[in-house]
Amino acid sequence: MAGHSHFSPANVEEHFEFSSEGKKRIIYGFIAGIVALIIGIYLLSKGESGGHEVAAAGHEATNAGHEAAGHLSGGAASHQPAAEEHYDWTNRIWANVWLNAVFFTGISIIGMFFVSLQYLAKAGWSSVLKRVPEAFPKFLYVTLPILLAVFFFKGDVIFHWMHHGVTEVGNENYDKIIAGKSGYLNKTFFIARLIGFGAIWLILWNMLRKKSLEEDLVGGTEIFTKLVRIGVAFIVVFGLSSSMFAWDWVMSIDTHWFSTMFGWYMFSSWHVTGLAIITLTVLLLKDKGYMSYVNENHLHDLGKFMFAFSIFWSYVWFSQFLLIYYANFPEETIYFLERWEGHNKIYKTSEILNIFFNFFFPFLVLMTRDAKRTRIFLKIACFFIISGHYIDFYQMIMPGVLGPHGGYGLVEFGMLTAFSCAFIYVISDELTKASLVAKNHPFLPEALHHDI
Amino acid sequence: MSSTNNYILGVYDDEDEVLHAVSEVKSKGIKIEEVYTPFPIHGLDTALGHARTRLPIAAFMFGCLGLVCAQALINYTMVFDWPMIIGGKDFFALPDWIPITFEGTVLFTAFGLVTTFCISNDLYPGKKPEILDIRITDDRFVMAINVDKNKKSAADIKKALKDSGAVEVNVK
Repeated sequence: MAGHSHFSPANVEEHFEFSSEGKKRIIYGFIAGIVALIIGIYLLSKGESGGHEVAAAGHEATNAGHEAAGHLSGGAASHQPAAEEHYDWTNRIWANVWLNAVFFTGISIIGMFFVSLQYLAKAGWSSVLKRVPEAFPKFLYVTLPILLAVFFFKGDVIFHWMHHGVTEVGNENYDKIIAGKSGYLNKTFFIARLIGFGAIWLILWNMLRKKSLEEDLVGGTEIFTKLVRIGVAFIVVFGLSSSMFAWDWVMSIDTHWFSTMFGWYMFSSWHVTGLAIITLTVLLLKDKGYMSYVNENHLHDLGKFMFAFSIFWSYVWFSQFLLIYYANFPEETIYFLERWEGHNKIYKTSEILNIFFNFFFPFLVLMTRDAKRTRIFLKIACFFIISGHYIDFYQMIMPGVLGPHGGYGLVEFGMLTAFSCAFIYVISDELTKASLVAKNHPFLPEALHHDI
Repeated sequence: MSSTNNYILGVYDDEDEVLHAVSEVKSKGIKIEEVYTPFPIHGLDTALGHARTRLPIAAFMFGCLGLVCAQALINYTMVFDWPMIIGGKDFFALPDWIPITFEGTVLFTAFGLVTTFCISNDLYPGKKPEILDIRITDDRFVMAINVDKNKKSAADIKKALKDSGAVEVNVK
């Protein structure tokens, strides 16, 4: 457009400055999160000594829930949540670490996925903002080791199939269903998948990042072709690994239960959260005076992405639910029963919020063209989507790990704050390492003239 | 649009030129009726100052109507007129109905929108096309100005069009 005619890509370079004041604020946030976490842990440990009544009430409710389930299944109790066997109050801490690590791993890798997808589609419009998602996978260096460490040391807290003796014939804990799945769900193979795919993710990201920064210096179209190849390779790897990690990290918590849609379901949740974080980062950078060349047309496209993938998430969530609801097999319905009326109904509120935050609010807020082009509406939508999908992951993980002992408290709040601040710090730091605009991207002139 | 000699047509042979000509002609206080092009030109709507289409609002309304109609149909048939037990569910089994509700919403939106579009653009089967200049279907861009709706004289308008880069100026 006319407003950009003076903007010649060759002479543009914009560097994000991570001010010491900004750093301080994020570190304070991190410390506040840790303090909240410590207070939460202290209260939790106190609650253990004086809170038998609450725990007992919780157990009663679970039993009631199971009676209902037993009634449905004609008495065949096929499901035993991991939490009921030997619960320790520290389990809630590990469950929270796991929840946040999975959530933020998803957000980080979606940055890589977004850039790869744009290269695969040879899309022009996104080249103005591609440095933002390109920085996200840096945080994998934090989350992947955490996932590995929690699995290695506290895996039996999170996963039913890690319990002692479940695959051992003759053991009192022997579980035929889990034993049947042990060819896939065993410690060695799990760690191999985590390290293997995690390493491939990081290698491909480092290749992409290096080439992308080289393009800034060299120019030309040769690097672009190479970047397309890396993007395609990553999409192939991600297609497989995102599904496998969905089964590994989340679905196998409820080891007896399975859903063939789960890979898609978790991917859609990760994807729309990642899109919301990309949009929010761009908006915040614009608020600080950066990225003036990202105009409302680009924001409109990001808004469309969030709108579309919120509906996609709803579609997948509902498809998974509808089939289970309609078929009415007890071993499948227990999953939703647990979240709806099981465990003294502690998960019911978040299950309702899940649908409202992730479907109705983004659907209605982002429906009109004007809303997608207005920063404040986009920010509202981002808020709903990001917090909504945190709740979504909470719903996927907590009922299986903690059963009746779950809840929203200072532990959850502190852990989320600490992880968020760490994420913001790492990503801001990574953003300073390159120009905010990929100045020699062959499609940059097209993106600067983007008009929809 | 019979030939009433009411229209002055500026014919251009370049998309960028016609885009610039629009703002140039407008700046002289001349009201442009419409610009006809063989393909869409980015920014032309904004330059002409056309109001945005209200079709999205119509789409939303038709969608709501479809949602209500689909719900009404299923409720009437499955709950009131001939209740049936299917899969041990309640008569009012909302989750089962979501796909049908969705389809009803989409169907009403699609048909309603196509109909609205045709009506608002005066299109119907057997309609004779009104083409000011046959070359707008090929490689020319035509700016149409209605003399009756302008205060300026025809001569002034013709001059303005020529000045803005029109390769020819016709009257129709």
